[in-house]
Amino acid sequence: MTDLRADHLPPSGAPVRLWGRALKSRSLVLGAALTLIFVLAALVSFLWTPFDVTGIDIANKIKGPSARNPLGTDHFGRDILSMIMVGARVSIAVAFVAVGIGMAFGVPLGLWAAARKGSLLDEVIMRGNDLVFAFPSLVIAILITAIFGPSAVNAIVAIGIFNIPVFARLTRSGALTLWQKDYVLAARVAGKGAARISVEHILPNVTNLLIVQGTIQFSLGILAEAGLSYVGLGAQPPTPSWGRMLAESQTMISFAPHMALFPGLAILLTVLGLNLMGDGLRDLFDPKLRGRS
Amino acid sequence: MLRYTLTRLLSLAVSLAVASVVIFMAVEILPGDPATLMLGVNAQEDTLAALREQLGLNGSLWSRYLSWVGGMLTGDFGTSYTYRTPVAEMVGERLWISLPLAIYALTLSTLIAFPAGIWAASKRGSAADVGVMGVTQLGVAIPNFWFAMLMVVVFAINLRWFSAGGFPGWDKGFWLSMKSLTLPAIALALPQASILARVMRSSLLDTLSEDFVRTARAKGLSKRQALWRHALRNALIPVLTIIGLQFSFLLAGGIIIENVFYLPGLGRMIFQAVSARDLIVVESVVMLLVFAVIAVNFLVEISYALVDPRLRHGR
Amino acid sequence: MTNRFTTVGLAGGLIFGASVAFAQQADITIGQQLEPPHLDPTSAAAGAIDQVVYSNIFEGLTRFGPDGSVGPGLARSWDVSEDGLTYTFHLAEGVKFHDGTTMDAEDVVFSLNRARAEDSANAQKALFAGITDVVATDAATVTVTLSNPDGAFPFKMAWGDAVIVAPESIDGIKTTPIGTGAFMFDNWVEGDRIELKKNPEYWGEPAMLDAVTFKFISDPTAAFASMMAEDVDVFAAFPAPENLPQFDADPRFKVLVGSTEGETILAINNKQAPFDNVKVREAVAHAINRQEIIDGAQFGYGTPIGTHFAPHNPDYVDLTGQSGYDPEKAKMLLEEAGVTLPLKVKMTLPPPSYARRGGEIIAAQLRQVGIEAQIENVEWAQWLEGTFRGKDYALTIVSHTEPMDINIYARPDYYFQYDNADFQALIAKIDVESDPAARSEMFKQAQQVIADDYVNAYLFQLPLITVAKAGVEGLWENAPTQAADMTAVHWAE
Repeated sequence: MTDLRADHLPPSGAPVRLWGRALKSRSLVLGAALTLIFVLAALVSFLWTPFDVTGIDIANKIKGPSARNPLGTDHFGRDILSMIMVGARVSIAVAFVAVGIGMAFGVPLGLWAAARKGSLLDEVIMRGNDLVFAFPSLVIAILITAIFGPSAVNAIVAIGIFNIPVFARLTRSGALTLWQKDYVLAARVAGKGAARISVEHILPNVTNLLIVQGTIQFSLGILAEAGLSYVGLGAQPPTPSWGRMLAESQTMISFAPHMALFPGLAILLTVLGLNLMGDGLRDLFDPKLRGRS
Repeated sequence: MLRYTLTRLLSLAVSLAVASVVIFMAVEILPGDPATLMLGVNAQEDTLAALREQLGLNGSLWSRYLSWVGGMLTGDFGTSYTYRTPVAEMVGERLWISLPLAIYALTLSTLIAFPAGIWAASKRGSAADVGVMGVTQLGVAIPNFWFAMLMVVVFAINLRWFSAGGFPGWDKGFWLSMKSLTLPAIALALPQASILARVMRSSLLDTLSEDFVRTARAKGLSKRQALWRHALRNALIPVLTIIGLQFSFLLAGGIIIENVFYLPGLGRMIFQAVSARDLIVVESVVMLLVFAVIAVNFLVEISYALVDPRLRHGR
Repeated sequence: MTNRFTTVGLAGGLIFGASVAFAQQADITIGQQLEPPHLDPTSAAAGAIDQVVYSNIFEGLTRFGPDGSVGPGLARSWDVSEDGLTYTFHLAEGVKFHDGTTMDAEDVVFSLNRARAEDSANAQKALFAGITDVVATDAATVTVTLSNPDGAFPFKMAWGDAVIVAPESIDGIKTTPIGTGAFMFDNWVEGDRIELKKNPEYWGEPAMLDAVTFKFISDPTAAFASMMAEDVDVFAAFPAPENLPQFDADPRFKVLVGSTEGETILAINNKQAPFDNVKVREAVAHAINRQEIIDGAQFGYGTPIGTHFAPHNPDYVDLTGQSGYDPEKAKMLLEEAGVTLPLKVKMTLPPPSYARRGGEIIAAQLRQVGIEAQIENVEWAQWLEGTFRGKDYALTIVSHTEPMDINIYARPDYYFQYDNADFQALIAKIDVESDPAARSEMFKQAQQVIADDYVNAYLFQLPLITVAKAGVEGLWENAPTQAADMTAVHWAE
């Protein structure tokens, strides 16, 4: 990802062409469409779901897809479509905030380290990053939730912490190349401080990099949240979550496959959508790389 | 070089010290008393106190930290509260499952990823390329525990080709043991293979467009010859880096998969130790894993520096 | 997990007396959810320990039969003095421990004194509280003197916590248990399995199997898969009732549904407002639809109960009608009690699926009458510390699997904090009463008292579900205690 050089930004006046290119990129369109479906489902769920997801209706338990329940019902007779819609909300919120945490801490750290390249500070920041990377993430997530209790918030923290070094490294390496640029040198000569240069000249030019990486971390966040709630460490009942739906359906998979199939597909399609979108965005921002990865 | 190595060593030591404090504190504030858990609901207060003393839970925070770190420095990782056996011994036994599983998964993923990546790169833009890339997109996006569940239903419950989980033990036969690691290894390998195939392809495409490959082509080598003789070797560097990263991830990252297949591996041991409040096991094993990763990073850096002198002076 | 009373149902079990048959296969693998922390049944509460060692490795003076009756164990017979204060146990002769040492009266004295000693780590010390003296009259006779007459003493000696151990091997008991049973300890692969082998020198009827492997599979899905893939031959206390129809329909397997001593209850913190008001507790009881819980959480497996007593016990009184499902009445009672709705309370749920699933259903039912139960899923460690010892909860779900444990209601410091002097007096009277008819009457009375006080909401008796290969015979169908007695298990011809 670091070979995505931000100085290859399209020249001014490009937005129109950018949109045009965006619409022509198959993976971008497909990815964005998939992502949009789930974001919309999550948003709609705030206002309306076909059924109440906390309402239990034992008489209607484990029914396959029907006109009443398009995706069937679960072992408590709850509507799976409604649960997937509300679950989307949890997954997206957790992954989104975790990316936010990663950016909020990682980007300033990366900018700071790049501005003081080679100093002790740079060393401490980068070593700190390596250290976080060295921790087995799932084990730490398990510890965090064992300490503070399982909840969506703690899942966010656990995933967010491991996003920080990702963004710090990316920002630093992106920023380092930019510091060599003439216009940055010019700004330095003009007497601008490192902080100001970082904010005014470096940050805007690493944004594309961050958006692409953000999309990828977002998709990894969705997977991580699913994994955590699968082992019971994510959002707690009665709030539905995709991972827990999978865990609960597991013993019934052989006679009620729909219960495991739909939440699994929801995860798969959301992650797929975000990944395709990330790839598409990368191609878009850096046409030289088109079709590379 | 010596100075470089020394600074790296120093930072390694500082990292480990920081990690040990973080781990110790995290485990320290873990709610739930191991003694209560072991003795159950009818235990009397004096019995509990006696057990706590026996487990060494009564000293001050500082003295317990020091004795833990001191023990580890001398190779003593403590004794498990629940099993009353040395942690080092338990880790040793579990490694005999986790390590072969990681190697198996990595081998599978390499065997899939290399041909797929090379094929896709050599047919860039063709239907084959699009197909391979599509499959890898799916492979990255599929939650591996879900994939594992589906495999158990198909291959263990319906077809009964494999057992649904468990591990017979190496003494019961090599092939039997390998067989029981097959489904877990596939589940672990799928996302890794997908990532690796993508890296392989893009790295190959990068090298194929480099000058020396172009020169080779200009000298009359066919595209295929250029790919096999020149590009591949150079494209391997990033691929090997990824493989290294994946290996350390696989060692501890199999927790969920080890649970699905009830394999008594390292990941499952930590998971169980957390819920059994076997604190010493949690501390020591997490510390070991962190140490392993940091040490590998250190060696990698030193070897890079040996190869590329520029790296010795600032990064 | 580590305690017998919470861990329900890890019992397994088998039946005596099956006819002698030639078995083509002489070993068996039995799956269970929990792994024992160690193998000393006399120093831990973990039911998983008894599950492996009870009757297989270790034996007591008396033993539980598959129907819950107490029969002779190492003591072939016993006499009770007129005043009921002295028990004389006549031991079987020629009994050897697995290490070859002899089991005699001195070992019994050692075992009982160790269990009742001041520094004893026995999790059921109360079983031995009545003993004032244990004397070896001769090598094969032990005399136990009690402070009060106790008709239940042979019952108490049948518990796994009262097994006979030897001073020679006590130090290593946790990892290499040496007992007198029909099986001896062979190997333990921590985190995976424990292997037992037949004791060729067994003093009694020899075991019919050569080897038994206990395999620990905690995950319900894995339990199902391991059975279906025939990795294990028997699964004791099968954790996923939803899969039973599949086993039933498959000729390779059979399903045994028996009873346990596990009263599954919605425990209420009686000292926490507003649950200190009996009306509020009664409202909770009427807000709950037991059948829906049994259907939803247990897939129909479970017998509704209305008090803290096992329905298969002859003294059981069916009081379910007194707390029938009536949400309107519940709402009325809450209003009478002056509770402001919605009432937000904390409900902690330990790991078993009856608690996790049951909790979700109960939360939905309580919501209908205006009680918002905030679910908090906890591990056993946290449950024990926070809920059980810390009493930091309003509602929780747990199955009390100890036999005849209504006396916990006489302990005001017990986690549900029920403090009723009359009830305590009643239990004290039962303890010293030896007339069976009077005891029975008082037990019935005790059940009525706690039902009238709506101490807890009584849900259902936990069933014991055993899934086995069709050819396995001799399994216990019920679980009068936590045990997987393998001594009579064998393969059909």
